[in-house]
Amino acid sequence: MILDFLEVLVNAGFWAATIRIACPLLLATLGELICERAGVLNLGIEGIMSIGAMVGWTTVYMGADLSTGVLAAALVGASFGLLHAGFTVYLGASQHVTGIGITLFASSIGYFAFRLLLPSSTTPPKITAFQPLDIPILSDLPFLGEALFEHTAFTYLAFLAVPFVLWLMNRTPFGLAVKVAGENPMALEAQGIDVLGVRTLAVMIGSALMALGGAYLTMSAFDAFYFGMVNGRGWIAVALVIFASWRPSKALLGALLFAGLDAYQVRAQQLAGAVIPYQFFLMLPYLLSIVAMVAAAKSTQYPKALLIPFRRGERH
Amino acid sequence: MRFEARENIPRWLPWMAVAGAGAGTLGFAAVLIAAAGAAPLVGFKELFIGSFGSRNAITETGATATPLIFTGLAAAIAFRAKFWNIGVEGQLYAGALAVTYFGTGIIELPAYLMIPFLLIIACVAGGLTLLPMVLLRQFMRVDEVVTTLLTNFVIILLVSYLLEGPWKDPYSLGWPQAAAIIDAGLLPQLVPRSRLHLGFAIAIIAAIVIWLVHSRTIFGFSSKAVGLNQSAARHAGIPVTRTIILIGLLSGGMAGLAGATETIGLKGYLTLDLSPGFGYTGIAVAMLGNLHPIGVIFAAIFMAIIYVGADAMSRAIDVPTYLADVIVATTVLAVLVGLVLVRYRVLIRG
Repeated sequence: MILDFLEVLVNAGFWAATIRIACPLLLATLGELICERAGVLNLGIEGIMSIGAMVGWTTVYMGADLSTGVLAAALVGASFGLLHAGFTVYLGASQHVTGIGITLFASSIGYFAFRLLLPSSTTPPKITAFQPLDIPILSDLPFLGEALFEHTAFTYLAFLAVPFVLWLMNRTPFGLAVKVAGENPMALEAQGIDVLGVRTLAVMIGSALMALGGAYLTMSAFDAFYFGMVNGRGWIAVALVIFASWRPSKALLGALLFAGLDAYQVRAQQLAGAVIPYQFFLMLPYLLSIVAMVAAAKSTQYPKALLIPFRRGERH
Repeated sequence: MRFEARENIPRWLPWMAVAGAGAGTLGFAAVLIAAAGAAPLVGFKELFIGSFGSRNAITETGATATPLIFTGLAAAIAFRAKFWNIGVEGQLYAGALAVTYFGTGIIELPAYLMIPFLLIIACVAGGLTLLPMVLLRQFMRVDEVVTTLLTNFVIILLVSYLLEGPWKDPYSLGWPQAAAIIDAGLLPQLVPRSRLHLGFAIAIIAAIVIWLVHSRTIFGFSSKAVGLNQSAARHAGIPVTRTIILIGLLSGGMAGLAGATETIGLKGYLTLDLSPGFGYTGIAVAMLGNLHPIGVIFAAIFMAIIYVGADAMSRAIDVPTYLADVIVATTVLAVLVGLVLVRYRVLIRG
């Protein structure tokens, strides 16, 4: 019995599933991370993922190719980011309430538009989603080939987002400006840099990544759009950012760890399903997120200007 | 364009702002109705007839407003103190679980004792559900937004387990629902042959009591002070942690009452679709009510009109019912804009 539980770990399919489950979490976590580094908590994440999932899928369903769908999702994400920034950065409205408002708004308007476009479909229609690409030579490797090198292009794109965000945050003047905007916006202002503009751009980029995380669900992990399909992944990503102490590389680690536990939970459920009801397995991701936040709480160093609106010439 | 803080804010200005936000939301709804290929004015007419046009429509609106008053109060109490309880949905189900456990035969009392007992139990269950998140925030600085949100998913899965497993009513023919609440535990109807039950009156009384607590007691004053500035409140000698804990218990308690009255007033037994997101709509209700308990009553009735009316409108002119959810969400954003305009004057040139 115990051996069965261990055997899961030497199964290449388990590792491949871990990689797949990590993608939407990874994209969303990186997106949230960029927003928060700029000083803006973006709780619109859950809704932005939902509308990204809907727009990416619908674009392809309407006849466009997959890459156009990905682009459309990113653009819609960026627009909702702009809306969020309009409220929180320019108007200085409460980031908590704005975020919840954006989540409710983005998901409900997505559902409304989906129903308008596809009025009465009981079984959700499907698209031809991203197909697995076997990377030459590498995919022939035993074990590693199946675990790592037989994924879709979207999967590789999601993992390439890590070096992209690392480069953006650590190697570009914009990344530096984002970090200062989140730590000490007055210093940025003193350099003659537009704090509000930097924050807005960061929230837009971050929101585009969140929308891609949602689009991954409908365009690579599944091939249909369901109501409520994001299912709390956005909130889990917010917890992962804290767990990762706002570092992209630790976000990768967190997303993989989390996805691994999730993939394991599904397999353990099959092994222990008769003894333990499935609902308890489904609770695990949410409970683990809370545990991760509590564990990280002691060492947590929030960006100093997180949640604080900036107004020119106003001291805090 | 720049903002200039207003020196003093007249008392009526925030109410103007929420009224303007409500009007702006309806304007946006008109655009969406037109986008769905229907005439906005016909849409609003159907919406109003559906929610107010008949005795049955009015009582339905009142029945839907009942849980929204409770969840709106739950959000308003917490938000006023800047404690972001987004877990109202889960606390609602905790209240429903509590009345189901105690109301299905384990205890039998006469109705005049049974009903108050169940309401108190639900209140306690809702409050205790929120308590760990309050303590985590106050003592370990763990952000309550994420913990309360994640708890919603956990509690709903727990309800799903109980309804499919140990609490499943064997007579329910496969449908996951709990055993019926005993007769002594059911809330009487306010209007005969309708779904409007005593819970509506209890909700209004609760709002008035909370208004008195907010405006007349030291706790009401401290909870506002804690919301404005925790460290200043602490320096002023206000017991901040104790106040926040009480706020959490009160907020969770109101959410628990929403679940209780839905179970013992509307349905008579617990199902997994007890709440179509009343916890989240409560946030919009609280915002539209200007975080004021009496404002919450009117905001809840407004939202109930939207929900009940949108159903009728959807049947009549084929606009997706999700319009109601869009309106709820738009209200939150519109009120935020309104509140900024209350605090600041916008100078176009300056």
